[in-house]
Amino acid sequence: MSAGKSNLWSRARIIQSIRHFFIEQGFLEVETPNLIPAPAPEVHIDLLSTQRGFLHASPELCMKRLLSAGFPKIFQICKCFRDGERGHLHLPEFTLLEWYRAEADYTDLMDDCEAMICFVTDELGLGNAIQYRGKVIDLKTPWERITVEDAFAAYSPHSLKEALKTDRFDEIMVLHIEPQFNTSMPVFLCDYPSSLASLARLKEGHPEVAERFELYMGGLELANAFSELTDPLEQEIRFNKENDQREKNGKQRYPIPGKFLEALRNMPPSAGIAFGVDRLVMLLTGSEKIDDVVSFTPEEL
Amino acid sequence: MTVYQASDLRKGLKILIDGQPYVVTDFTFTKPGKGQALYRCRIKNMLTNRADEKVYRSVDTFESANLQERKMQFLYNQEDEYCFMDTNNYEQVTLTKDQVGDAKNYLIDNLEVSILFFDVIPLGITLPNFVDLKVTRADPWVKGDSAAGDSKPVTLETGYTLRVPPFVEEGSKISVDTRTGAYLTRVK
Repeated sequence: MSAGKSNLWSRARIIQSIRHFFIEQGFLEVETPNLIPAPAPEVHIDLLSTQRGFLHASPELCMKRLLSAGFPKIFQICKCFRDGERGHLHLPEFTLLEWYRAEADYTDLMDDCEAMICFVTDELGLGNAIQYRGKVIDLKTPWERITVEDAFAAYSPHSLKEALKTDRFDEIMVLHIEPQFNTSMPVFLCDYPSSLASLARLKEGHPEVAERFELYMGGLELANAFSELTDPLEQEIRFNKENDQREKNGKQRYPIPGKFLEALRNMPPSAGIAFGVDRLVMLLTGSEKIDDVVSFTPEEL
Repeated sequence: MTVYQASDLRKGLKILIDGQPYVVTDFTFTKPGKGQALYRCRIKNMLTNRADEKVYRSVDTFESANLQERKMQFLYNQEDEYCFMDTNNYEQVTLTKDQVGDAKNYLIDNLEVSILFFDVIPLGITLPNFVDLKVTRADPWVKGDSAAGDSKPVTLETGYTLRVPPFVEEGSKISVDTRTGAYLTRVK
């Protein structure tokens, strides 16, 4: 067994508490297939494939189809699969929480994040401050919001433009920006360059950025959210771009999810978020490694 | 020559960087948001022993370092140089004191060792796990010397000193574990 016994008890309580929060907020809990014929092609996400399709890397496409079908507030907690991802914060099979809101944008999801995490820590009796890696994280809201542009201006040795041109965005993020984040409270890193948000809506009046944010807490990246793109033509163009880039990197092209693109026509303006449940459990149990919060790691099977 | 992908990186992997052999001593996998996988490595240059840190991206590839182990026999040492001979082709090679390191404690004439080469450059020695060595100096054991406990110091033919049980006498042979440097047993 990988996790200590008490961590598995905490894990169960955290997941139950998340559920409790969304049910109280009037969200519908849904389940969508894990085995899908076509994923959302993304440059840096490799799917696990089976003889009859792919294991989903996120329930995103099916959940958006449910938005189109008239369910305006939905959530799901499920296993997702990403090939080749293994580190102290990564497992190739991990647990995602996703939720979607119709008639909402990414700022509504920031409010949700604040409310949900505070609800969970409250239910667990942790109060409004937690300790992680020897530091106190104050959960009093509102949490800090900083744009990618400002973060680069403050911490990066290279300009954002240069970083994008030389394909060093991720490297600078990991080496120079993430370590500088305020760890005394959670941080929303907002407004990513439009080229880095294939499924997100561009910001009105600022087409160079997309309405996307990532939530960091105690230095851990916890969630990724968008105001969703609802234009099927634009979405198809972006999927093809992602596939082209995959091919350039020597990787497989993925089939285009046609039924999803069709459903996008009827999708209301919405916002959606993918939230790492294992990492939240790490934070709330003071665990250094993702191995410490799951029953078994792939290496133990 | 094998070509490695960044995803093959792991502790102990030996790769070629700018024409020099490196060993990966530690590494962490990170992947920000929807971004690309990054492999943060601590590496050590096997020629200079200098440590370094590098970040590789999933698109990066490496050549394996062309390393070869050869069976060699220890011939002699002169000042800071240690001379060995390849038992297959009688070729001789000289290692410095630094390259030999603690192995000098076990080098007796004709001892068979493995030497790791990068092309023609020797990098280091792997000893047999156990080597038999002669005790050249052993003071008689003073019974009741509580500070010493149940052992006494002796000096071996290579100049190496270690603690052995009291019954080991000058002129006898003992077997030593080269991985720990500890006494194992008396040999006839």
